[in-house]
Amino acid sequence: MIKFNSGIRKTDVINRRMFIIGAAKVVVFVGIVARLFSLQINENKKYLTLSDKNRIREWKLPPTRGNIVDYFGNVIAGNLKVYQLHIIPEQVENFNYLLVRLKNLLNLSDKRIARINKLKAELKPWDSIIVSENLSWSQFVKINNYLYDLVGVKPVMTISRNYPFNDVYTHVLGYVSQPNEQEILENEIIQERFVPGMKIGKLGLEKRLENHLIGTNAIQRYEVNAYGKRINQLEHQKGEQGSKIRLTVDTEIQKACGKLLNEKAGSISVMDIYTGDIIAMYSSPSYNPNLFLFGISQDEWQLIRNNPLKPLLNKTLSGLYSPGSTIKPIVALSALENKVIDTKFKVKCTGKIELYGQTFHCWKEKGHGWVSLKNAMKQSCDTYFYEVARLLGVDRLNITAEKFGLGKKVLGDYFDNEKKGLFPNTKWKKNNLGKGWVLGETLITGIGQGYIQSTPLQLCMMTAQIANGGFAVKPKIIVDSNPISYQDAKQSMESGLLFDTDSEELLDKKLFKNQRNIKIVQEAMFASTNERFGTSYKSRIDDPKYQFAGKTGTAQVKRISKRERELDLELEQIPYKDRDHALYVAYGPYVNPRYALSIIVEHGGSGSKAAAPIAKKLFKLIIDRHDLRNKQSNFERITV
Amino acid sequence: MFQHDRLNNEITLFQKIKNLDYILLISVILLSVLSVFVMYSTDGGEILFHTKNHFVKLAVFFPLMIFVAFFNIKFWHNFSYIIYFIVILLLIYVSFFGLKSSGSQRWMDLYLFVLQPSELMKIAIIMCLAKYFHRIKIENVNSFTSITIVLSIIIIPIIFVIAQPDLGTSILIALSGLIILWLGGMKIKYFIYSFITFLISLPFIISFLKPYQKLRILTFLDPDRDPLGAGYQIIQSKIAIGSGGLNGKGFLKGTQSYLDFLPEKHTDFIFTLFSEEFGFIGSVGLLILYSIIIFRIIRIGAISRSNFARLFCFGYAFAIFIYIVVNLSMVLGLLPIVGSPLPIMSYGGSSMLATMIGLGIVLSAKINHKQMIA
Repeated sequence: MIKFNSGIRKTDVINRRMFIIGAAKVVVFVGIVARLFSLQINENKKYLTLSDKNRIREWKLPPTRGNIVDYFGNVIAGNLKVYQLHIIPEQVENFNYLLVRLKNLLNLSDKRIARINKLKAELKPWDSIIVSENLSWSQFVKINNYLYDLVGVKPVMTISRNYPFNDVYTHVLGYVSQPNEQEILENEIIQERFVPGMKIGKLGLEKRLENHLIGTNAIQRYEVNAYGKRINQLEHQKGEQGSKIRLTVDTEIQKACGKLLNEKAGSISVMDIYTGDIIAMYSSPSYNPNLFLFGISQDEWQLIRNNPLKPLLNKTLSGLYSPGSTIKPIVALSALENKVIDTKFKVKCTGKIELYGQTFHCWKEKGHGWVSLKNAMKQSCDTYFYEVARLLGVDRLNITAEKFGLGKKVLGDYFDNEKKGLFPNTKWKKNNLGKGWVLGETLITGIGQGYIQSTPLQLCMMTAQIANGGFAVKPKIIVDSNPISYQDAKQSMESGLLFDTDSEELLDKKLFKNQRNIKIVQEAMFASTNERFGTSYKSRIDDPKYQFAGKTGTAQVKRISKRERELDLELEQIPYKDRDHALYVAYGPYVNPRYALSIIVEHGGSGSKAAAPIAKKLFKLIIDRHDLRNKQSNFERITV
Repeated sequence: MFQHDRLNNEITLFQKIKNLDYILLISVILLSVLSVFVMYSTDGGEILFHTKNHFVKLAVFFPLMIFVAFFNIKFWHNFSYIIYFIVILLLIYVSFFGLKSSGSQRWMDLYLFVLQPSELMKIAIIMCLAKYFHRIKIENVNSFTSITIVLSIIIIPIIFVIAQPDLGTSILIALSGLIILWLGGMKIKYFIYSFITFLISLPFIISFLKPYQKLRILTFLDPDRDPLGAGYQIIQSKIAIGSGGLNGKGFLKGTQSYLDFLPEKHTDFIFTLFSEEFGFIGSVGLLILYSIIIFRIIRIGAISRSNFARLFCFGYAFAIFIYIVVNLSMVLGLLPIVGSPLPIMSYGGSSMLATMIGLGIVLSAKINHKQMIA
């Protein structure tokens, strides 16, 4: 009985204590449900985001650069599909065998093989190794044919910059290449959009307009596992191609410039005298910018770098030359404007003048006799301009020259390699050389020698501003958002006002005091090209449609010794480095002029023999293309 | 009494089958089927190693449960001490000759499968203590001798399990033992005193912990202190569960597990995968299923005539409860990470074997609930 009672009591204890535990269990389960609720319902968004962050990785692809087109819409810097070869190491069964196969198929160098092995050791096994950045089509086909045997090899198609006209625009456009660390750090946009394999502008407009051309990255989202391996592609966000940039240049003329300067060192610039559009800007010799896209080989680079004709120098903007006789229109104009001379003023040229015991020679040893302004310009008589310069003084000449754009950058900030040049005055010499001005220096400045230094583009602009009747033009190479037509520009200019598209106001752009003086200079330049005994008479075109006016120049690169003067050597007998630079500035057509140009042939000899004939060939083309250019009225709005 | 015995011995096979608890059986079957599907999901939606093995184990151990159930509860009562000693011997065996894996030595190779005796101890200790408290007079429960004996029964296996080392299992064994002490009528003040003593000695206990165990506790307190190292598991587990939301991401669509962000997803973190794919609704549903199982076990205990059956059922119900709570608290970031499987759901033969034997004894208690044990 006791035992039984004890059993009952024990059962009671067990049941009672079970009840307490049971209650505790309910509380704990409710607690767990509450925790589940807080994680899955309350904080669901937070954890969903974290889960997506876990599983989704974004891969940025290189952006596609904007195209650069010429005035007529021809692509001069575009994009091209290129074929590449990638290896995904984790898919490769026998890596060494694969490399041997590829080496034979693609003629890979041992250096390249070593590099691939190094990359393989550095990268994760599922990261692709780029074996070849730019396969030729035949190589690509070959690889595709043997693909069954090349497990782990992936032929890839991608987009790369391409310059269809090769070396024609190198000095205008520059080129693109892989950025270095500093370039990435300096530009926030590049920093943000940088992906390995991306290329940026290294020079020229490609560099200057980087932020417009660059484009935005395409983004690929992949689901990845815990180890970062891509499992599948989720979505593809297309990138936006960079802005299209339209230039004022004409490819046909640019190409012709290249041909005319073939195997010569020099530069040709062509400008619309009203709108300031640069029609052509060619520096010779050039080089192929496509070579830089996939890393230029050492041999090719040395070939360019060591070329004595200096292809790397943009002679149009960075080449500094004595203008020689091409300065004479400005000297004459300055003298006329300052009423130092008039058309009747005459000087007797005996071939040389003596000043304070120093002899100043005219290029014509026998002298020109009595010459007026027109004859002096026509025959480029140095003695006449010595005398005019002496009467005028360098400071007054400097004012006129600077008005017409000498000693100042022409294109402003567009090219960071553009040079200012120099047009001296007495103050400049005192400040920079610490010496007083000497009258003899005024004389040689009058024939474009001495301290004076100018770029070919400056000479072109100077000529344009004489040609348009003495109005300031604003040179430009990019077609801006409010392009002004040639007729409108001409009209507003001839009303004495120029509409400045940047500040959107009408500016007084008269560069003269009396327009008659401009006319006199124009007539003198016409005579120089189109009248008998003119220095460029042989290069004239009689057809009034193409008739042009110009001024030759021959710039000495070294002082001519007395002995050399007596020898009067032929060009071929003088060492290349000592030969004169040949220059020519011109505008045309003479009636209703439209275009100005400047030509310089380094060490080409005399301007009349080496430079003026080029102008003759070029003018026909330039003027023939004028109507086409006028019709190209569909101005595309491009914001830059 | 003698008559009763004879009566019960005469229960036919048909009656035995009829007397099974079908709600409990159906719940266990449902859980088993669910566990196979979840295992299929951990294999990435393919029938691979884990799914196959898990299915095979269920196919073997489920009939084993019925087989165990068909033995009279008296038989299990009679063999309780012997079973306890056999498991102790197995624990001693593995501590000398056991298989080593990732730094611990707790398995023995039985050719067909690898047995972890400490899992069996979870059941054996309940049986052993249930028998002890069944036999002891209520007046003697709090005597010095009995307290010494029951504490020895608990401490001896724990020493072997901690030495393996396996902190998780030893805690579960200790809790399973202590609950019988509680149910058996041990004075409440002893529990309170020992709890206070435990709290005071906690710093000393911690100083005896292995470095990785200390790290787990630190990580539990602040999972973000080393998100890619020690805190990784718990952070990823919370992300998986939290991102499941109300309805879950869908079967086979759990990105966290599919993309290998989840550690130990077959075993200790199986609930994480389940919760990610089936969400709050699924998780609560699973908890309800477990609650039904626990409730049915308690009910069987409540209708049992013998205190052995009653103690075993209550104790085993609590044990299952505590396995679930420890496992879920761990994956939900409420407790430090201690290795503890989720009954039936987790991949692991020994754990399932122990669970099924325990359920078998419970079913035996149901079949023979009128059985008196002297």
